[in-house]
Amino acid sequence: MALLDVEDLSVTFARRGQRTVRAVDGVSFSVEAGEVVGLVGESGCGKSVTSLAIMGLLPKQPGLQVAGKAVFDGTDLLQLDDRSRRDIRGRDVAMIFQDPLSSLNPVVPIGLQVTEVLTRHRGMKGEAAAKEAAQLLDRVGIPDPRRRLKEYPHQLSGGMRQRALIAMAVACQPRLLIADEPTTALDVTIQAQILELLKDLVRDSGTALVMITHDLGVVAGMCDTINVLYGGRVVETARRRPLFRQPRHPYTVGLLGSVPRLDAGRGERLNPIPGSVRDLLPWPDGCAFAPRCDRRVDACVGEPPDLVLTHDGRSYRCVNPAPLPGLTPGAEARETRPGQATPGSVPAQAVPDDPPAAPGLAAAPSEEETP
Amino acid sequence: MTTIGGKKREKIDRLAELAARDEERGVSLWQDAFRRLRRNPAAIIGAVILTVFVLVALIGPFLVPYGPTDTMGIREGVIKPGVIPGSSSEHWFGYDHQGRDVFSRMIVGARQTLLVGVVATLIGLAVGVLIGGVAGAAAGLGGRWGRWVDSTLMRFIDMLLALPSLLLAVSIAALLGPSLTTVMIAVGMVSVPVFARLLRGSMIAQSNSDYVLAATSLGVRKSKIALAHVLPNSLAPVIVQATLTLATAIIEAAALSFLGLGNPDSATPEWGVMLADAQQYLGIRPELAIYPAVAIIITALGFTLLGESMREALDPKLRK
Repeated sequence: MALLDVEDLSVTFARRGQRTVRAVDGVSFSVEAGEVVGLVGESGCGKSVTSLAIMGLLPKQPGLQVAGKAVFDGTDLLQLDDRSRRDIRGRDVAMIFQDPLSSLNPVVPIGLQVTEVLTRHRGMKGEAAAKEAAQLLDRVGIPDPRRRLKEYPHQLSGGMRQRALIAMAVACQPRLLIADEPTTALDVTIQAQILELLKDLVRDSGTALVMITHDLGVVAGMCDTINVLYGGRVVETARRRPLFRQPRHPYTVGLLGSVPRLDAGRGERLNPIPGSVRDLLPWPDGCAFAPRCDRRVDACVGEPPDLVLTHDGRSYRCVNPAPLPGLTPGAEARETRPGQATPGSVPAQAVPDDPPAAPGLAAAPSEEETP
Repeated sequence: MTTIGGKKREKIDRLAELAARDEERGVSLWQDAFRRLRRNPAAIIGAVILTVFVLVALIGPFLVPYGPTDTMGIREGVIKPGVIPGSSSEHWFGYDHQGRDVFSRMIVGARQTLLVGVVATLIGLAVGVLIGGVAGAAAGLGGRWGRWVDSTLMRFIDMLLALPSLLLAVSIAALLGPSLTTVMIAVGMVSVPVFARLLRGSMIAQSNSDYVLAATSLGVRKSKIALAHVLPNSLAPVIVQATLTLATAIIEAAALSFLGLGNPDSATPEWGVMLADAQQYLGIRPELAIYPAVAIIITALGFTLLGESMREALDPKLRK
């Protein structure tokens, strides 16, 4: 059994006098121990809400409804009471956030913030906790940890802040780490270092990692399994290599196609996905991506497409998926479409097994490009 | 030539400014605020006034030429009905109606005024921070039960706010009987709602910040989050308000003393009492009212100048 099994997770926000928003709509995925799983998608596709729902961190407000299951090691995280949830957080499941500056308390020294976790979950106090905290900082690559413990967040660089946050998250050797866009607020060289650090931590401690990102470079460099989200649903799940070689869902195809390429000509324009993430069809009325899809057929509208499981363990939610090369008669037609990632034209940044040469290049489709 | 030189100078100045700003990065909120405070003339004036005032209050009573309760004017026979001698080289501010040296009384009265102001503000701060802190923590982190606690506490605070401050202070003072302690408690209570509301609002705003979410995601207990994370980040506006409250506290304390709700023992010099005593002799010696009045105004001005400058220095919106 998997370490974390998310089954049919739905999150809806209802506000009086406003339309109910279904931010996450039946998301299912699983994470094996020691595995790195990516949740990929544009802003607003439900990535972050999914992770916050799993952690039970969504702000409690009337109208919030979380349904489904998130079974972690036999217990459903969504059914836990507040007390046991707090016990699990930080000890078994920890989270890393996007903005390291605002995620650290500005008026409390780093050391206190790290030892706080140690005191809470491992009962360490005083010198023992300080020693362990220094070791943790050392482990995440912060030089001169003893001195850094006494410093305040504003005295650290952005990369070091994120390292400190990672140190806090891994302080109790959690079995599952959720990283919500951990590199978005950092500049490119630091991004690569932080990703390298996360990779090392996963390899050394066997921690499973859920990587939430919109950056395909990050995904290519890190993830074993990738879930592509659109409109609050998983539209494609695949291992890394097949996903980048042969994306099946048109949305994945579009995402890969919109990555800027190093070998592209100077005057060549980016290939955005037309429209914006707001132009979605409600799932019950058909495929949410249909309004922006260039492979749209009549069957796309009317009822939601089912999840198709293929023989090689992949799945996608599409009635007219991008064909596999050499197998379907539509092969010629495919060639004429720009931006499609076929085996011969995988984007430079997205070659599997290579560390991301330049993460952060996966541009979200801009609205200016909308025809 | 001059224009080119001027342009060059401008460019260098701009570069220097940029470099200075770079250096400034990585300085804490308080250090940064203090730096801007030092550049503000209003803050300097306020600080000088307050330093003089505090020095006078602390060491003045040891240096006064005459005892503040010594009715020497009557003993010496210079005070007659309808005659109060004005200033002279021996008595800089002259005698009061009971023949006491006004200069000495002013100096010794500074200590009373400082004491009342500081203690009243501390009382207000303590009670206000307690109520506001509990309400803010409950509202920000406590869920439905917390919102109930918050509403209950805040309705009580609203009740205090609904009454005009002087009326409230007079009611409290009348309830407790006239004494210096009464003045302190009454003036302190008047400032409670301001502190409470300020801290509560600030704490609720901080409760939505990322570092609270991050701490929550690490399993830190709510009580710990409230005390160790939210509260320290919410205190800056409260501290500024405390400085401003010192000014109003001094004025209100003087007002209560003036109304006869302060220390009944008029022998103890206090600026408000001196002002009250002087009003019967305004026709003969108007200076007697002017000395304490000006002293109160200058002191309150000093606190206000410093407090307002602190508010500006700490306000992130006013930063360049």
